[in-house]
Amino acid sequence: MKYLHLIWAALFRRKARTFFTLISILAAFLLFGMLDATRAAFSSGDSVIGVDRLLTTSRYSIIQSLPASLGTRIAAVPGVAAVGSANWFGGIYQDPKNFVLSFAVSDNFLDIYHEIELPADQRKAFDATRTGAVVGEPLAKRFGWKVGDKIPLQSTIFPQRNGDKTWPFDIVGIYKAAPGAANGTDQQFFFHHKYFQEANAFQGIGTTVGWYVVKLTSADKADAVAKAIDALSANSDHETKTQTEQAFNASFAKQLGDIGLIVSAIMGAVFFTLILLTGNTMAQAVRERTNELAVLKTIGFSSRSVLCMVLAEGVLLLLLGGVLGLVLAGIVVPIVAKGSGGMLNLPPLGMQTWTLGIVLMLVIGALVGLLPAIRAMRLNIVDALAGR
Amino acid sequence: MKSLKKFGAGLLTLLIVAVFLAIWIALPWPGIVALAVVLALWMALTRRGRQTWEVTKVGLATVTQRLGSSSVVVVGIAGVVGVLVAMLAMSEGFAETLRSTGNDQTAIVLRGGSQAELNSILDRDSANVVIQAPGVKKDAQGKPIASGELVVVANLPKKGDPQSDANVPIRGVSEDVWNLRQQVKIVEGRKFQPGLRELIVGKGARAQFEGLDVGKSIRLAGQTWTVVGVFDSGDALESELWGDTQSVASAYRRGSSVQSVTVLLDSPKAFDTFKAALAGDPRLKVDVSTTREYFGKQSEGLTKVLRAVGITVGIIMAIGAVFGALNTMFAAIQARAREIATLRAIGFRGLPVVVSIMLETMLLALLGGLIGAGIVWIIFNGYTASTLGANFSQVVFRFHVSGDLLWTGIKWALAIGFIGGLFPALRAARLPVTAALREL
Repeated sequence: MKYLHLIWAALFRRKARTFFTLISILAAFLLFGMLDATRAAFSSGDSVIGVDRLLTTSRYSIIQSLPASLGTRIAAVPGVAAVGSANWFGGIYQDPKNFVLSFAVSDNFLDIYHEIELPADQRKAFDATRTGAVVGEPLAKRFGWKVGDKIPLQSTIFPQRNGDKTWPFDIVGIYKAAPGAANGTDQQFFFHHKYFQEANAFQGIGTTVGWYVVKLTSADKADAVAKAIDALSANSDHETKTQTEQAFNASFAKQLGDIGLIVSAIMGAVFFTLILLTGNTMAQAVRERTNELAVLKTIGFSSRSVLCMVLAEGVLLLLLGGVLGLVLAGIVVPIVAKGSGGMLNLPPLGMQTWTLGIVLMLVIGALVGLLPAIRAMRLNIVDALAGR
Repeated sequence: MKSLKKFGAGLLTLLIVAVFLAIWIALPWPGIVALAVVLALWMALTRRGRQTWEVTKVGLATVTQRLGSSSVVVVGIAGVVGVLVAMLAMSEGFAETLRSTGNDQTAIVLRGGSQAELNSILDRDSANVVIQAPGVKKDAQGKPIASGELVVVANLPKKGDPQSDANVPIRGVSEDVWNLRQQVKIVEGRKFQPGLRELIVGKGARAQFEGLDVGKSIRLAGQTWTVVGVFDSGDALESELWGDTQSVASAYRRGSSVQSVTVLLDSPKAFDTFKAALAGDPRLKVDVSTTREYFGKQSEGLTKVLRAVGITVGIIMAIGAVFGALNTMFAAIQARAREIATLRAIGFRGLPVVVSIMLETMLLALLGGLIGAGIVWIIFNGYTASTLGANFSQVVFRFHVSGDLLWTGIKWALAIGFIGGLFPALRAARLPVTAALREL
């Protein structure tokens, strides 16, 4: 630590060069922050809140629905605490571009998804209103909905009994997502399955549900319960596939394309360039200071402390640029998310991104400092001072 | 006064950079070729130009002594161009696959407001009205050429990862489909037989999913279906499995309804007549579009997002690369300070020095751009990927690294080289001769 001012002075010996290198590092870590947020947005499967939930869907296709009678049979399986259901509504608001993730849900659905935090009085109002709907806060903000509003939502799939595809809803509640909830939890629109069933022009649809949500008494029984549920409908015309919510989300994200792979490929290219660039700067810096380093050794600095100082210089350079870059990413990401109008649901930079970022800074810093540091350590005082 | 002058010079440089970038982006390739020719002529014919050429030769000859730092420029720019071209190639490939699926002579009819086939439903009567509408081409027997189709989505295990299911679209088509979609060719096995539980699979789908080879059977909706053929169409249809409309409808209990009707029109001009006839029919409430329009629209969202991501990432990386180039070139002119000062002392003017340093940077940048674009072309041209399409199921598409994209990449590389070279070049030209000569 006592050498900090020495390292600092060495770093800013040539201000322009250090400044240019810092900007390159900053750009690299800004990208890292933004891309990691994107990756996180597409891998909502790693939220731990839903570990005690299973999803039961049709085995053959997501568009096939399940009979409503299956619900009571699932509820009887040992290890099941509660069973809820949901139907896909495919809602759009005013313009086809304004897609709303909307679901017709069973009455206990909001209890099972305890990360949906709805004030008690609004919950009561929801239970009491047939055409009531609860929406996530950012979604409400996006369209300017307030509690008490009556809004029309058009379904791309289901017409009402009078042939009209626009369904009226009363906004009775606006919820927040608990911290740690899966990304996108607060972008949804829920309403009563009863309303969906009664007003639907397709009468058959009313007696079926899209998928079941099963709350377990304990998360470690997941496999056994999933097998027991699938056994209920084995060899029937509505065989089911039950998996944990995480597995379901992960397989869905995978279908969008391998986002993780693309992101890692870009990051690979970026960091490779970065190592080369900063490595070059460091090598230049040390080469220029050969004389000074020799003087340091002459006045009694050990070879090891010279090695450490040059290594520390590299790490410090990376940390300075990297932290600034991540801070900038932290500012830019919410702006991008806002600018996309709800299309791109970027979470703010999390602990994980920061930890990984700092580890990367330390590793790259040490890597680029290593060669020049070893050269500095092996420096022969007499040769260096003589300029040989 | 002096600082004011310096400030003015800085401002002027920025202005030059901005103007250059604006012109550069707008310039088509003949313009750039013309620029290169003018530059070459200037260097060959005028005294100044020849001086520039000599100075440039010295610079290039000494590049090998600065291999490490020069490679920073090359690799940095190769990275920018590589990432940019790869992202744009993905976006382009996806758009192209969907665009080529449609054409102007076929029209698709969906229930009003459905947006995608998966959401739509048309009962038998409506479908018949659509098929009989004016503008639809008739075959030799006087029967309109049309296909009432169903699209359902099934879960099938992906190749290489039997644990993870993905959605595959299954399309029920009628017999006329072979006249309607003439790009579709059977490349293995045979066509399905109407009334039987037989499927033909697209080449793309076969490559993505497990167990879709000819002769294999798969379970759909609790029934066993046999794969009897493989088809090739070179577009988004290749991601699908096809069966007979009636068989698919009975398996998925759809009765006699269909989801969409695709018709062959007399000519692209007949579309307006066809559309007007359906819009004027009080029995129908449908959306009519040409297939080109319908499939083109499906690619819009994702194409835009991919383009935006590619360009954003490209710009941020480019900023990093510009500063890398600045570092390298400042170091280079520092190493050559004495030599440049000597040239100035024996009568070379500033211009040849400026131009030669910029030329050197831009040549390094060009090399980087070529390497980046070349690597992407070798690895990614024709690379197959898949994503979730409008029907909630996998669309297989190929990256397309077109000549245009390669050209865009090279343009970016040269722009980075220009900015990275300009400032060091100006510094070199302004170097006080006496001070530089005395150094060391």
